[in-house]
Amino acid sequence: MKFTLSWLKDHLETEAPLDIITETLTRIGLEVEGIEDRAASLKPYVVAHVLSAEQHPNADRLRVCSVDAGDGQPVQVVCGAPNARAGMKTVFAPPGTYVPGKNITLSVGTIRGVESRGMLCSGAELGLGEDSDGILDLPEDAPTGQPYAVYAGFDDPVVEINLTPNRADCTSIHGIARDLAAAGIGVLKHEHQPPMRGEGPCPVPVTLEFEAADRDLCPYFILRRITGVTNGPSPDWMQARLRAIGLRPINALVDITNYITFDRGRPLHVFDAAKVAGGLTVRRAHMGETLKALDGKTYALTDDTVVIADANGVESIGGIIGGEATGCDAGTTDVLVESALWDPVNIAQSGRRLGVITDARYRFERGVDPAFTLPGLDLATRLILEICGGTPSHPTIAGEPPETGRVIDFPWTETRRLAGLELSRAEMKVSLETLGFHVAGTGDRVKVLTPSWRADVEGKADLVEEIIRIAGLDLIVAKPLEPLHDTAGQPVLTVLQRRTRLAKRALATRGLVEAVTWSFIPHDDAVLFGGGRADLVLANPIAADLSDMRPSLVPGLLRAAQRNADRGLPDIALFEVGQCFENDQPEGQTIRATAIRRGTAGHRGGGRHWDGAASPVDAFDAKADALALLAAFGISTGGLQVVAGGPDWLHPGRSGTLQFGPKNPVGYFGEIHPRVMKALDLKGQIVGFEITLDAVPLPKYRPTKVKPALALSDFQAVSRDFAFVVPRDVAAGEVVKAAQGAERKLIAGIDVFDIYEGVGIPEGSKSVAIAVRLQPVERTLTDAEIEAVTARIVAEVGRKTGATLRA
Amino acid sequence: MTDLDTLEGDLLAQVAAASDEAALDGVRVAALGKKGSVSELLKTLGAMTPDERKVRGPLINGLRDRVQGALGARREALAEAALSARLSAERIDVTLPVREAPEVRGRIHPISQVMDEIAAIFAAMGFSVAEGPDIETDDYNFTALNFPPGHPAREMHDTFFLAPDRNGQRKVLRTHTSPVQIRTMRSKAPPIRVICPGRTYRHDSDQTHTPMFHQVEGLVIDKTANIANLKWVLEEFCRTFFEVEAVKMRFRPSFFPFTEPSAEVDIQCSRKGGEIRFGEGTDWLEILGCGMVHPNVLRNCGLDPDSVQGFAFGMGIDRIAMLKYGMPDLRPFFEADARWLDHYGFRPLDIPSLVSGLTG
Repeated sequence: MKFTLSWLKDHLETEAPLDIITETLTRIGLEVEGIEDRAASLKPYVVAHVLSAEQHPNADRLRVCSVDAGDGQPVQVVCGAPNARAGMKTVFAPPGTYVPGKNITLSVGTIRGVESRGMLCSGAELGLGEDSDGILDLPEDAPTGQPYAVYAGFDDPVVEINLTPNRADCTSIHGIARDLAAAGIGVLKHEHQPPMRGEGPCPVPVTLEFEAADRDLCPYFILRRITGVTNGPSPDWMQARLRAIGLRPINALVDITNYITFDRGRPLHVFDAAKVAGGLTVRRAHMGETLKALDGKTYALTDDTVVIADANGVESIGGIIGGEATGCDAGTTDVLVESALWDPVNIAQSGRRLGVITDARYRFERGVDPAFTLPGLDLATRLILEICGGTPSHPTIAGEPPETGRVIDFPWTETRRLAGLELSRAEMKVSLETLGFHVAGTGDRVKVLTPSWRADVEGKADLVEEIIRIAGLDLIVAKPLEPLHDTAGQPVLTVLQRRTRLAKRALATRGLVEAVTWSFIPHDDAVLFGGGRADLVLANPIAADLSDMRPSLVPGLLRAAQRNADRGLPDIALFEVGQCFENDQPEGQTIRATAIRRGTAGHRGGGRHWDGAASPVDAFDAKADALALLAAFGISTGGLQVVAGGPDWLHPGRSGTLQFGPKNPVGYFGEIHPRVMKALDLKGQIVGFEITLDAVPLPKYRPTKVKPALALSDFQAVSRDFAFVVPRDVAAGEVVKAAQGAERKLIAGIDVFDIYEGVGIPEGSKSVAIAVRLQPVERTLTDAEIEAVTARIVAEVGRKTGATLRA
Repeated sequence: MTDLDTLEGDLLAQVAAASDEAALDGVRVAALGKKGSVSELLKTLGAMTPDERKVRGPLINGLRDRVQGALGARREALAEAALSARLSAERIDVTLPVREAPEVRGRIHPISQVMDEIAAIFAAMGFSVAEGPDIETDDYNFTALNFPPGHPAREMHDTFFLAPDRNGQRKVLRTHTSPVQIRTMRSKAPPIRVICPGRTYRHDSDQTHTPMFHQVEGLVIDKTANIANLKWVLEEFCRTFFEVEAVKMRFRPSFFPFTEPSAEVDIQCSRKGGEIRFGEGTDWLEILGCGMVHPNVLRNCGLDPDSVQGFAFGMGIDRIAMLKYGMPDLRPFFEADARWLDHYGFRPLDIPSLVSGLTG
């Protein structure tokens, strides 16, 4: 919302300078977004009289001018403009002046051997956007020495405020003036205008053609004909104001409606009466109807949009934009002026659907003051009569204005309760009344009647806002919150929140770098990773490749790794801990921790090194990361099973599933499937893991934090090595498990220290070498006892896995 | 010169001449071994008369002690020389680089770091952390927050929609973290003190906007919480977060459908040479929106606005991260460029706390 200072002063009696006004606007919630003060920015430019203009001795196209800039001392200026001539009035800028159109600051210069002390200016050089056929050529009576901005009427500062959507009343300059008056910046000017008397009825009948349930779409519609108007250009003062706020003057009738739109927040529409056939009907558009609008575009309409039609069809989209066919132009002699009310929600939806942004839509979707429908029409009529002449009719009135004004039962203590601010009742009452509220009653509770233009004020909290924004939020003194005693000492985070944080730290300490990637990924990627469900596809993605809510963090990280590799960083280790989506329900959202390693970026670090180059990453790098993560959660991994194979995106023979029992998989690790690599156009060696944090078992509740007692044995542990030959597809884990099963008490640990295939081992078999540590508790083991255990291990492993001892 | 003196001179010369452990041992055996020259002399003592023994005894025993001493000294000298020789051969080039440790290479993303900082500060003020889903219903994201259907305020949010379901209802990607307010108030009785950090989405993409970003919401509901308390909470937060003595804040009346009264908050700062500093200067920088929870929102959660009250606030996590740590641009936050992450990321063990300070 833009306005000029002089325009504001039409509504506000004030001596306050511009900076106080703009500071106050921001303070009371009308945030100033910009101030354009050309009186200040164009201050050095003055009207000057060219005393003489001689041919430059050394340049055909230049002239040496002697200029009177008002101080009586002629100044010598070299000028290249073709129209520079003795006797003319133009605009002069002295050295030191910033020239916006050229983005330079003038200095005293010498041009082809002749000194030049300043510049004669074109409109373009002043940043006024006009063509530059030469320097400005002002009328002879322009007063020499006067600031040009003052002379040209550009000295009216323009203020733009960022209006919040609730403040329909401040879509008008009058409303802004009212707020400023309440804040103590001057007095609001009230002009009481008696209702307008017309001559004869308006001959154009108006029908509001709506079903009972639809009446709110246009509850009130007033039309007046004015005959015998002359629709020339609007007066200079009006054009200057409209231009200043960024509007293009068109003709007097249109300019007047635009003027009142900004002046009073009351949009109006004018039809050329000669182009309207029969009466006007306000109704829902029929499917398939179109309108060529005043912006030159043709809009296809649906029955969600409300239109004004005559015998020829749709002539205007109600409350949004008029039609070209019935528009007013220089030939207009009879005009129909419309002032109506439209449903804000319908206007907002229609405007959005049609993609039309107009000053009328802006106001109607916020809510226009219903009580000003007829006064607004009268105000327009007066301006038309004043500027265009003519004879007005009585208004045709269809429908009736909705009731406005709400009575709010308001205890004065509400301000202290909600805002923590103590104000006197008198002060609060004055604020409300200056804003147009009526306060009835005395004592602790009063009745407050809201004005017709403040439909946004619904209850007590809104009144408190009005009171404190006028008083100033800076009056409220910060006050500590009382401590909440009943929550002291309780953890701030849930287990899952704590694990989410811990996961990040744990993975980062393994040399992985945290990435945050988009929650939405390409559809094809989602499908590859088990997603792509219809309920997770965005209806309006920001880009075609950001279309599906991700089922996994892996694809985003894989693509990120490839981008880094393309940039020359092939050995990269990335992780992300974040949300994934299985469906569109809250329960379908899980937190996952995922890490990938590319190239040689293993835990020790990648790349070549004097101590030996790092080898390419393999599935065990990913497994180590996954197990480190689970270990960081401090849960017992005794029940954790590692099972061969994983989801489709992992290499079937080089992947594993981590599970706490077959029904509770928590994640997967391994090498990325070659097909996925190809589909995503990935190169190099990549491994990764993904663990769903929600699936990881919660720690067992224990009533005490005491750790179990530590039992240390004083007796010598012994270690025995076994080399078993087993069929190749027997997992080392099975050998270890079988060995463990052979002796529950004594075995304190088993390590796999060698896997061998080749010479000496039958084809199709492998050797698995394990070291078993036996820890006696009661006494040192005898050789016979050790032999017995050894025999049991060999027998048990043989029975379970078909292993034989290697010869 | 006696024969003993001759023998001693001879033996000591042999000891001195022994150039290694083996030669020295040869000397020892020749002198002190079972048949050694000194051992043989010692054996003669037994056959001597007491008077003879009195004279010869000390002489022979003295000889033995001196030879033994010389052998020991020589052995030590040889060992010392051998160690010196070994040490002078055992040399490494200490300037050779070692591999960087994993905990040196790893990085925490600035968003995670700042979320941890925020949680640390609010935990100290008695807040806990609440969460909600990214895919929300229209009710939680808008209607329950007092955005009536069709209201222009909804247009302030450029919303991502999912495909409509069987009933024509379409879910949205939450445009703010405020739906968590509703989820919290509908599931927990006051007093409530929560912050709700999370991911949010708007259909907007340019230099300063990304379609996905992060917000933190704060909510306090009890019987007395008012704007004065809200000011205190925000002042405490900003001062602690930006790690300055004091932050000057400006509360401007504003509009959010779910708060009334509402305000936007600016903090004072200076910008010198592209660096923003808080607690000084004359510029104002908008950092958050806040207000008293709207009575309609309380009613939508089954609470009586005349008996409970409270405030809410919300701010952009990415934005305050940029302000504090000086990232000039938002887009790289989500591009996973290892160079950016290495530069702007945090070391794994830089864990923010109020005990050791937010930043080291």
